[in-house]
Amino acid sequence: MTPAGRLRAALADAPHWPWLESALGEPGTIARSFAAAGRRTGRAPLPAAPGWTADEAARALLLAALPPDRLPAELPDLYRYGDADEKRAVLKALPLLPIGTEAVPLLRDAIRTNDARLLAAAVGPYSRHLDQPAWRQAVLKCVFMGVPLAEVDRLGERADAELTAMLAAYADELAAAGRSMPADAAALLDLLTREET
Amino acid sequence: MRIFDPHIHMTSRTTDDYARMAAAGVLAVVEPSFWLGQPRTNPGSFTDYFDSLVGWEPYRAAQFGVVHHATIALNPKEANDPRCRPVLDLLPRYLDKDRVVAVGEIGYDSMTPEEDDAFERQLALAVEYDLPALVHTPHRDKARGTRRTMELVAASGIEPGRVAVDHLNEVTVELVHGSGCWMGFSIYPETKMSPPRMVELLRTYGTERVLVNSAADWGVSDPLLTLETGNAMLAAGFGEDDVDRVLWRNPVEFYGQSGRLDLGPAPAGEATFAGSSIKRGGS
Repeated sequence: MTPAGRLRAALADAPHWPWLESALGEPGTIARSFAAAGRRTGRAPLPAAPGWTADEAARALLLAALPPDRLPAELPDLYRYGDADEKRAVLKALPLLPIGTEAVPLLRDAIRTNDARLLAAAVGPYSRHLDQPAWRQAVLKCVFMGVPLAEVDRLGERADAELTAMLAAYADELAAAGRSMPADAAALLDLLTREET
Repeated sequence: MRIFDPHIHMTSRTTDDYARMAAAGVLAVVEPSFWLGQPRTNPGSFTDYFDSLVGWEPYRAAQFGVVHHATIALNPKEANDPRCRPVLDLLPRYLDKDRVVAVGEIGYDSMTPEEDDAFERQLALAVEYDLPALVHTPHRDKARGTRRTMELVAASGIEPGRVAVDHLNEVTVELVHGSGCWMGFSIYPETKMSPPRMVELLRTYGTERVLVNSAADWGVSDPLLTLETGNAMLAAGFGEDDVDRVLWRNPVEFYGQSGRLDLGPAPAGEATFAGSSIKRGGS
């Protein structure tokens, strides 16, 4: 089953499925259905789709139901005018959509915010399109803001000597202030340092 | 004492204010969009502000356990600037948001034809989007402005019970009392209304359809004057239930008409990941 198919299956038993099904058939009104999705489907975590809430999944499906040629115009607009929940849903949906690298500016916007929920969504699977310097900064910002590193896609694969140096420097700063690194970052630094030596 | 401040501009307040408010029992706020002291010059300046009201500010509030909702509108003062008026066409996108519980602040500043037009159009949007309306009354020529407000509201066809007419005082309250509209009072350290005067008004007019707010913003104002008003009510012989009605149940009833008021606990844990707070240097 495709990831979008899994989300669809996870929502299909919900009481608000008829609303969503009808909204999926009307891509012309997505600006309104996308905004209303949380009120319609609720915001509970979906046991059948770990990591997704009902509103996020509904919004991802609304995006996936758009004709692919409409995505380049609609995506930036839905993100631009979205509240924090809508922005997060756009970011989480990116890996499921038939797009190339054109949504990278949305990731960069999310990484510039100071909202941990948006940052966490921005370092998901679509972050493979981020260049290495931007990706390293995003990882370090996760450490700084307390976003669990488990949220970062392909961390082990992409972590490099430069990231190791940045983490080590941050650990030094924290030590100088009498504070310690979050446990997951300390473990990563430890692992990377051992790999290097 | 649980307090719902139905009108406060948190964008202009510090995290110290949030901490003091939470400690004082201010568990929920509504932040109406308004002007910022420095005039805006284009619609984008408004949409960035609206984004903050439905994005960053509720997130900031949640870190302190305060539930944040907003009202969205083109304010009367800037409705007079042709460079800003195109934002009227962008309002529908924001009026659909989960945490937007009214159209506001709308109303009059200088009572110009441009303000008439923006006021009328936005009352119509409130009806179209099934939202209550929060109406500001002017600082200058207030009684005439309030009278004209009531005429325009009546002509618009919006149900009076879905309209709050704000910043009232001893002179203007009579124009609204009996109309079916809600009566809003902004308690300020120096101007508008004080806690003792508010208590007198509650004695005269009762607690029904009364909203008490701090309207705290970037001017001389105090987000804890709602609490002080509650204490002044108790000292004057009002019961705890009266205070709860004015400072909690009334705003819940008014904004609850939107169907979008969500007073579940502020999602601080989820919002911050393990309680991590706002970190300045991370941005």
